Amino acid sequence: MAQTSVDIEHKTDHIQHHFVDSDQQFESSKLGMWIFLVTEILFFGGLFAAYIVYRAWYPELYLEASTELNAFWGTVNTAVLIGSSLTVAMAIRSAQLNQIKGLIYNLYITIGLAIIFMVIKFFEYAEKLEKGIAPGAYYTYDGLEHEKANIFFSIYYMMTGLHGLHVVIGIGLMVWLVIKAKKKVFHSGYYTPVEITGLYWHLVDVIWIFLFPLLYLID
Amino acid sequence: MATSEAKPTNKIQVRRYKPEEYPEKHYLNEETGIWAWMTTVDHKKIGLMYLASLAFFFFVGGMLALVLRTELLTPARSFMDADVYNQIFTLHGAIMVFFFLVPSVPAALGNFILPLQLGCKDVAFPRVNLASFYIYVIGAVFTLIAILTGGVDTGWTFYTPYSATTGGNVMMMTLGIFILGFSSILTGVNFITTIHKLRAPGMTWNKLPLNMWALYATSIIQVLATPVLAITLLLLTMERVLSIGIFDPALGGDPVLYQHFFWFYSHPAVYIMIVPGFGVISEVISTFSRKIIFGYWAIAISSLAIAFIGFLVWGHHMFTAGQSSLANMVFSFLTFLVGIPTGIKIFNWVATMYRGSIDMKTPMLYAQIFLFQFMIGGFTGIMLGALAVDIHLHDTYYVVAHFHYVMMGGMVMAFLAGLHYWWPKMFGKMYSEKWAKFSAIIIFIGFNMTFLPQFVMGSQGMPRRYFNYIDQFQSFHQFSTIGSYIIGIGFFIMFGYLLYSFFRGEKAAANPWGSRALEWQVSSPPPLHNFEHTPVIINGPYDYHKPMSEFQLGIASKHNGHHAGEKVDISTTVKDKA
Amino acid sequence: MNRFSDFMLPPAKSTTAETTDALFHFINVTSLIFLVGITIAIIFFSWKYRRRSDEDVTPVISHNNKLEITWSVIPLILVMIVFGWGFTGYMNLITIPDDAYEVRVVAKSWLWEFHYETGFVSVNELHVPANRPVKLVMSSDDVIHSFFVPDYRVKMDVLPNRYTSLWFEVTEPGESIVYCAEYCGTAHSNMLATVFAHTQEDFDTWLETAGSADDDMDPVELGEQLVTRNACDTCHSTDGTRLQGPTFQGLWGSEREMEDGEIVVVDENYVRESILEPNARITKGYQPVMPSYAGTLNDRQIDAIIEYLKTLQ
Repeated sequence: MAQTSVDIEHKTDHIQHHFVDSDQQFESSKLGMWIFLVTEILFFGGLFAAYIVYRAWYPELYLEASTELNAFWGTVNTAVLIGSSLTVAMAIRSAQLNQIKGLIYNLYITIGLAIIFMVIKFFEYAEKLEKGIAPGAYYTYDGLEHEKANIFFSIYYMMTGLHGLHVVIGIGLMVWLVIKAKKKVFHSGYYTPVEITGLYWHLVDVIWIFLFPLLYLID
Repeated sequence: MATSEAKPTNKIQVRRYKPEEYPEKHYLNEETGIWAWMTTVDHKKIGLMYLASLAFFFFVGGMLALVLRTELLTPARSFMDADVYNQIFTLHGAIMVFFFLVPSVPAALGNFILPLQLGCKDVAFPRVNLASFYIYVIGAVFTLIAILTGGVDTGWTFYTPYSATTGGNVMMMTLGIFILGFSSILTGVNFITTIHKLRAPGMTWNKLPLNMWALYATSIIQVLATPVLAITLLLLTMERVLSIGIFDPALGGDPVLYQHFFWFYSHPAVYIMIVPGFGVISEVISTFSRKIIFGYWAIAISSLAIAFIGFLVWGHHMFTAGQSSLANMVFSFLTFLVGIPTGIKIFNWVATMYRGSIDMKTPMLYAQIFLFQFMIGGFTGIMLGALAVDIHLHDTYYVVAHFHYVMMGGMVMAFLAGLHYWWPKMFGKMYSEKWAKFSAIIIFIGFNMTFLPQFVMGSQGMPRRYFNYIDQFQSFHQFSTIGSYIIGIGFFIMFGYLLYSFFRGEKAAANPWGSRALEWQVSSPPPLHNFEHTPVIINGPYDYHKPMSEFQLGIASKHNGHHAGEKVDISTTVKDKA
Repeated sequence: MNRFSDFMLPPAKSTTAETTDALFHFINVTSLIFLVGITIAIIFFSWKYRRRSDEDVTPVISHNNKLEITWSVIPLILVMIVFGWGFTGYMNLITIPDDAYEVRVVAKSWLWEFHYETGFVSVNELHVPANRPVKLVMSSDDVIHSFFVPDYRVKMDVLPNRYTSLWFEVTEPGESIVYCAEYCGTAHSNMLATVFAHTQEDFDTWLETAGSADDDMDPVELGEQLVTRNACDTCHSTDGTRLQGPTFQGLWGSEREMEDGEIVVVDENYVRESILEPNARITKGYQPVMPSYAGTLNDRQIDAIIEYLKTLQ
């Protein structure tokens, strides 16, 4: 346990053969992740475009239909996700400081918050499906007058569903990080997976921060 | 500025590393066995696995094309039903576009050549690279399932509402291509990162081979456009599974929105297919003219310009789809702008040949065929960009001929140029120059016979995707069909001599073409980790006026942490290793 | 030029065709000059500068900014001319004259319906007056189609959820072929129609008598005509061949198994239902793709078709 900082600086077993040194590997991974995040933004960008097009055509539809969404639970979920972004940042900080215990605790909290987010989402979905607010052709709810209400909810389910899928993937990644951290893989000289998972998690958070006002807070 | 000058320059000792001729140990015979290949993270082996898959898909797609052409010998039914015909042209398009053209140069040739040209040991994320190959395979399996369970008859564009309502297994097919998109995205991420971070010492941006510029531009398009296709196909899949109604007018959706989404990817995708071809052509023309490339920056920047403007022209596929006249005007205008950088490239290539020392080897022959056919493809593109004329020509055989001239006459020729150019490097074997030239000429003749008549048919009004046609067009169709058989013969010959070369070919020297490019300064085939040393670059890749010894430098000491593309200052005189 | 034009393009029969053709030829000729010039340069260089020995030394010509600018600006000017020309032509194509004669077009898989001001509906036959602008207001009942008349150089997609329109003015009476240019499924390539351009008088006469000529025809003969006129024979053969729909030969009075297993005898009621609500009961092994003819065929016409079917044993 009593590793000196000198020992850590000289650990090199994490460097893959084709990199010159640790810095190059770290910088490459980070750049790669950033580019991947750009593709993620464009991926969601398609849905945002669909959202914008339909909103431009039927502005009243959005006003009307968003009243069915529960802004209170939306706000709670936003707070939960922002909190998890904070804990993931703290996890990275712990890794940088070589505090492996702190890293693991912070990851646990993040996973916990992500699960809370998904549970709330589950109840939101369940409540809507019960009323008959299902996507597209399965839409049977008659509380809304607008004839295209089904399309609003199609967009809603696609956007939040895809975002939820990203949250689930994030949970998976963080469980994997915890396992690795327990095996003492990470130290202040090597914490690339923690850093890039953190980047990914921030993106998931940012997308929600856009989704929340666009869907829940139209009024 | 002052601060950077104050810093001590980074002096390194270099010496010459001559490539070993006819090496005994190389990447092909180290780590052999099926399992080692299946789990390899070596970019060269992954490149070859892509190459084998591509050859398979090209064969399948090509056979489908011959079946289509055979059916079109007579105006009415010849030997298959309309439904079968519709499925076959859909498959021909989808397989050729998504499984052959998009990954052809980037994933197969690019994977093989990119680290070698950059002077690094592998791509930045070798495991991701392997993963993207398997994602490609999974995508292919999904498509295969779609074909076996009902087929798809939507055309490769999957236009709604037809694709939302027709029978067959459209869902599997779109899912397959959705998955395939991630393969493309990951390759793009990998290439961009590698080009940014893993260049050899001394390889500054102005010494980057043009092939790397082209792959860089391609990767940017892949990374930015493919996610939009992915989401579009996901929405289409959901349209079929859950009837979400975003594109289906029967549920209140809008089918033209789908076309916008689809072409937002698929037009840049055309550049994903053709821009890497430009890179190959730059390499080949310079090497076989043994002359410095003319207008390095013009060619490099025009690739990026094409990549950028290419994102803004998707609407020219919808001139007749009822979009506003303002939108049509803007898209038409931008379409013409994208023609300019393409023209610049052609002029620069021809200028490179001026006063060169031109060796008409097979790759050069393919490059010239490329120039000729791609010009026709480009000029007919101008025709289709002109609004009034496009109204007449849209969705006719003219369009079919145009994109076959660009894609097959251009891109496939560039791919073949690259394949013949790098074949000795890949397998360490030479092929028969005589047979290679012969088959190139056969393919050239067959190709033009097939597609020139289609320009006439299209101008005369023959719509595309027609199972039956009016008698007036029969002689054109028959001529075209005969041409397609000739192409088939050409490829058959190619398959024969390449197979012979693979097993019995004469051994290739490390640098059979006398090229200055970095990939030719390692042995053929290259060692498992590309370079035993860290290469150092002091000249541009096309500096044929400098001695070969200056292109074979490497860091003298074992290892001393250098970063990508950093400027180097050589402190000692170059010592010959021998 | 004329011969070349006849070879490349169909006869120009509308007032707007001329501009399109002129631009088409301009681009062809300009492109050909460039293509031939550059190709000659490539061949000439390949021969003149062929490799003589392995020791050949080539000059260092890395770039030339004047040349780069020249070969950027000249093509730029040319394509801007093409753009302007194409755009002007396009504006003429979409600016519909106010006095245009209007016909309503409905596309269904796989036939064209033309509705005239009198309420008369013709299938796969469009009759228009020559020397007068004609406006088509189009929509689709199912998937996307595209209305294309090569002789007039006009094309417009026909969409299911909105109206699109196009116009043309035919220069002289005659016939021209109409294609569906947007892929729409099995019988896409059979979705053809014919435009008949008449002089104004002939057109007026035709419009007055259209439909009424049927009144004194023998029902069987009328039924046979209706089957052709309404494009039933695109999908239903009369000689036993299997097309998209069941053949008419031997249909009458036979027993059919439906998709849901029900056995149906083909009688007056079933035929009538199949014409007006085609997808209510589908014969086993076929797709529910037939469009409804409700509003297109009246009772007398349906009776005539039934009489005709009875003769096809």
